[in-house]
Amino acid sequence: MEYEIVIGMETHVEQNTASKMFCQCSAEFFGAEPNTHVCPTCLAMPGALPVINRRAVENAMMIGLALNCKIARHTFWERKSYWYPDLPKGYQITQYEYPIAYDGYIDIDVRDSASGNWTEQSYRKRVRIRRAHLEEDTGKLTHIGGSSFVDFNRAGVPLIEIVTEPDIHTADEAYAFLSALRDIVRYLGVSSGDMEKGAMRGEPNMSLRPIGTEPFGTKVEIKNLNSLRAVRDSIEYEVKRQTEVLNSGGKVHQVTMGWDDARGVTVTQRDKEEAHDYRYFPEPDLPPLDVSEEWFESVRKRVPELALSRQDRFTQTYGLSAYDAVVLTRDRAVAEYFEIAMGGIPARAKAAANWITGELFRLMGSAGVSAGINAVKASPAQLAELIEMVENKVVNINTAKSVFEEMFATGQGAKAIVDAKGLAQISDTSALDKAVQDALDANPGQLKGYLAGQDKLFQFFVGQVMKATKGKGNPQIVQGLLKDAIEKRRLSV
Amino acid sequence: MARLTVEEVDHIALLARLTLSDEEKGLYAQQLSAILDYAAELADIDVEGIPPTATVLAVHNILRQDDIAGVSIARDDALKNAPRTDGASFEVQATFDNKDQ
Repeated sequence: MEYEIVIGMETHVEQNTASKMFCQCSAEFFGAEPNTHVCPTCLAMPGALPVINRRAVENAMMIGLALNCKIARHTFWERKSYWYPDLPKGYQITQYEYPIAYDGYIDIDVRDSASGNWTEQSYRKRVRIRRAHLEEDTGKLTHIGGSSFVDFNRAGVPLIEIVTEPDIHTADEAYAFLSALRDIVRYLGVSSGDMEKGAMRGEPNMSLRPIGTEPFGTKVEIKNLNSLRAVRDSIEYEVKRQTEVLNSGGKVHQVTMGWDDARGVTVTQRDKEEAHDYRYFPEPDLPPLDVSEEWFESVRKRVPELALSRQDRFTQTYGLSAYDAVVLTRDRAVAEYFEIAMGGIPARAKAAANWITGELFRLMGSAGVSAGINAVKASPAQLAELIEMVENKVVNINTAKSVFEEMFATGQGAKAIVDAKGLAQISDTSALDKAVQDALDANPGQLKGYLAGQDKLFQFFVGQVMKATKGKGNPQIVQGLLKDAIEKRRLSV
Repeated sequence: MARLTVEEVDHIALLARLTLSDEEKGLYAQQLSAILDYAAELADIDVEGIPPTATVLAVHNILRQDDIAGVSIARDDALKNAPRTDGASFEVQATFDNKDQ
């Protein structure tokens, strides 16, 4: 039988605030010594009271807006009670009845899974967002032998949980969804979105149903996914596993599966024997939140144009290829660098794109610039100046490349380097004609050969002239002068 | 009149991680039932037309800036309440990391 896959995604995004959600401990937990960023509040000492981190709330509002959600104008906090050693209070402060953001959607581009390119099979689709709410993270458990070791540095770090409607139907769509979400949180600057470090954790809830039928099949949740690839691979594995179970007349059990990345299989995590009984109730230690029109507007203004919208603008208005548009928009800082370098001139877009994805990325790679394009010494305005000098034939493209290397290394402007090193192209015909005549005089043998029909010797003469002018000769003018001079000599032979 | 069953007491005891004797279960079934009855008196109040409320506090929007203050305490102090420790972490009986969030 053929089955349709139905997937809803639950994603936890770890915010990159300086401090925790409800106390002023550092929220930096990755790599910190265990239990060094803890205080009476996040350790749940009696009498300690939480105070809400404004930035964490605003980050959640920005994510909501970027996901086209409605923003709750009134919300409050609730306690979700459960017992686990990584949860010091015995409850998690979260939002249940009134999430800060709800009823939104995200458009995703589902590309070829092997190449990541847009192909004939690629398509854009909309995934509805049910809700996005704020909550606090738990501590981290490490299991050694018969013991578990608890580190509370992560306890209380602000999280945003994003829940989709069951609109995802393939592993590639799940991949595209998480990839788009990661781009968005990075654009907004609210999280590193780094799945390898657990800063974004996607958990698919998936089921199969015979094609054409309405009722959902039994839901299986997949956890322990530390990369986009793991999300795709684990879903593909589960589809195969569940299809085999169903086709052999068996039943899929409602369980949580853990992904074993090394072996490429899902493993049943211990079934929970007890039913969930979270006993949500309003958090008495925290006052409710009212989002005024003024506050809402001030946050809305900080939401930048997002990657997908920029991609569309770069292809439609600037005529870039889909590939270039994706590469240039993945990182907001790169997109902004590009827009300054091309200066809003569509005719200059392709050149600016080539400089950035070619020379600049190459230099960044070999110099090991890991801090991103903002750390590059050559400013986008300086690149614009260089592009203009190439357009105006002040320098040829090869000279421009070495000028750019200098700009990259020193942060000096293009014109300053060209002037200081006397690199400006020679377009003055009288100066070039002397070099042309010299080259012909000095190489009578080659001239004879060319006149006898060895056409490729023409490039030899071009090379001689370029050498004599230290590479500064305008190549078009040099070629024109050479042709004229040779023809004159042919007649005089 | 609420009458909690022994099974319900068992469930509540599990959520609170308490081990109860049979005698205690019987006793708590009675006591918890009495507490529920007392709280159930609220059901007699007419709340027609009154919106649900999550708080009785008169304040709202108490927020702070996202900055780090010297609130973190020394690790040795933090670990003073640990049942067991290796000097860096709270050590507890092994759990399986499969809970829901």
